[in-house]
Amino acid sequence: MTSSPLITREHALSLLFEMLRIRRFEEKCAELYSAGKIRGFLHLYIGEEAIAVGAMQSLTPEDAIVSTYREHGHALVRGLSAGAVMAEMYGKANGCSRGRGGSMHLFDASRRFYGGSAIVGGHLPLAVGLALADKMQNRQRVTACFFGDGAVAEGAFHESMNLAALWKLPVLFVCENNQYAMGTAIARAQSKTDISQKATGYGIPSEAIDGMDVIAVEEATRLALDTVRCGAGPYLLEAITYRFRAHSMYDAELYRSKAEVEEWKKRDPINLFLDRSREHGLLTDADLADAEQRVAPEIAEAIAFAEAGSWEPIDDLTKDVVTPARAAS
Amino acid sequence: MTKITYREAVKAGLRDALQSDPRVFLMGEDVGRYGGAYACSKGFLDEFGEERIRDTPLSESTFVGAGIGAALGGMRPIVEIMTINFSLLALDQIVNNAATLRHMSGGQLSVPLVIRMATGGGRQLAAQHSHSFEGWYAHIPGIKVVAPATVNDARHMLGLALQDPDPVLIFEHALLYPMEFELDETAKPTDLEHAAVRRVGRDVTIITYGGSLWKCLQAAEQLAKDNLETEVIDLRSLRPLDMPTVLASVAKTHRALIVDEGWRTCSLAAEISAQIMERGFYDLDAPVARVCSVEVPMPYPKHLEDAALPQPDKIIAAVQELVAHHA
Repeated sequence: MTSSPLITREHALSLLFEMLRIRRFEEKCAELYSAGKIRGFLHLYIGEEAIAVGAMQSLTPEDAIVSTYREHGHALVRGLSAGAVMAEMYGKANGCSRGRGGSMHLFDASRRFYGGSAIVGGHLPLAVGLALADKMQNRQRVTACFFGDGAVAEGAFHESMNLAALWKLPVLFVCENNQYAMGTAIARAQSKTDISQKATGYGIPSEAIDGMDVIAVEEATRLALDTVRCGAGPYLLEAITYRFRAHSMYDAELYRSKAEVEEWKKRDPINLFLDRSREHGLLTDADLADAEQRVAPEIAEAIAFAEAGSWEPIDDLTKDVVTPARAAS
Repeated sequence: MTKITYREAVKAGLRDALQSDPRVFLMGEDVGRYGGAYACSKGFLDEFGEERIRDTPLSESTFVGAGIGAALGGMRPIVEIMTINFSLLALDQIVNNAATLRHMSGGQLSVPLVIRMATGGGRQLAAQHSHSFEGWYAHIPGIKVVAPATVNDARHMLGLALQDPDPVLIFEHALLYPMEFELDETAKPTDLEHAAVRRVGRDVTIITYGGSLWKCLQAAEQLAKDNLETEVIDLRSLRPLDMPTVLASVAKTHRALIVDEGWRTCSLAAEISAQIMERGFYDLDAPVARVCSVEVPMPYPKHLEDAALPQPDKIIAAVQELVAHHA
């Protein structure tokens, strides 16, 4: 366990609230999916909340975020409204991507939130390019790129790490290693399972951290970003975590035992943080109850927002394929 | 009118772009120190520096993706994929990112990226280095696909592409680079989307693009000696297709031949043929004909390669057959 920095009660409350908000939002999404309100694929972030919340603490509004199809948590912490995210999953026009993307393609250009990618590893090059644009225009900002252990196997990981290191680009690569690429355990996919170690092959500094510990993630991200922001090039953080639910709503989880899941649930990031905060006298059970009371109406409002949203007219089907002024046949 | 090579025209276009907009930069394999695989950027590294002329590692997927990201981030990258043959490695980035980001984001994002690639066969480079996949790219909503076939277009299409807020793929047929043509400074193209009638005629419409244009014009010259006047249309844009220009010509000649270096099956020629059938059926006096590459991975020996590709003699034969056709 890392030694706690001086955390204020205010900050502790904020971390708790953010993680809880993601948790309850995701649980609600699962319900709504079963009710047929959300369709297609739904990938829940339950169990991994500490990473998005911890990492986002040191990212500024000017920084960019590129993430995977398991990106609801990142979106919410980034500041996309729960309503806009929910409506997007409903497919409504008041969704953050106007309903065109769905769960896997959340975008908010005003918050520099660039998705939402459904091709494993396909977004790493985008992050490299965003960082390249910043460097070439002398803008002091960072691109944070979240991806899973599965993406590490894709060629784009190798290429992106190499290019980011070669050109000293301000990319923070954050691998959310939840030990499974869909149904394939990392030991069955990687000849060497230590992901942070792979960074040494590119000369990229890296660290493996406990992804269930929001403070550890926050600290490690802050240190990593110090390096990246001073122009030293990219950094790789490997956050070891676990998803408590299936890969997606269709997954029967034949590839892992219930016992394993239960074991990991003992390290629920929200409980871990609450326990430690209690130990340090920062938070009490009343704070949890209070947070629940604040989260619930926000999520209820989000659902109401989505329900009230309208469907885009079918006549607008080919809108935004290309820029409107030049829309051709 | 001055005579320049297609390569010089491409180079002039690149220089125009780099000089006029500081956001423009060129990125790709061997574009810098090597001077470009086809010498289109020779001397540019010295002239513009390594910030703007970036040699990349052999990572097509990632440097194309980085081009997309850089475009999202406010730059105007020109990504050079050495040849269309290597672009397959970047297909995911082109199809799943460049073409989709505007739509998936509900119109929030714009990808003003230009990708240039050399394309085509005819230099005995065998099966993995002789592809013509322009038709595959023309299939995809969300991108524009253009094929400059003249030095005027080689010079000016790049500038127009850089002004486009959406991704534009520019295909330069490798055989064209060393070929010399007259550059008409007075006839600057003003858009990417329209086809051009390169030769006016009354008997048959030949529709073609890119590296096949000069073969069609050569065939047309030969046919004219037998009093067969062919109208040759250079598509210029493969997506979107300028069908109005094509259909107006077919309404005049009533016979259409499409010359396309892609393999015949599921070719771009098949698309154009379908559209002529759908929209100009009653103007036709004969079925739409196609001259395409033979369905074989490109063979290495010259006589076989020549037999596999569209050639002036095959075009002439196809035109004659069209004219001979009577219901």
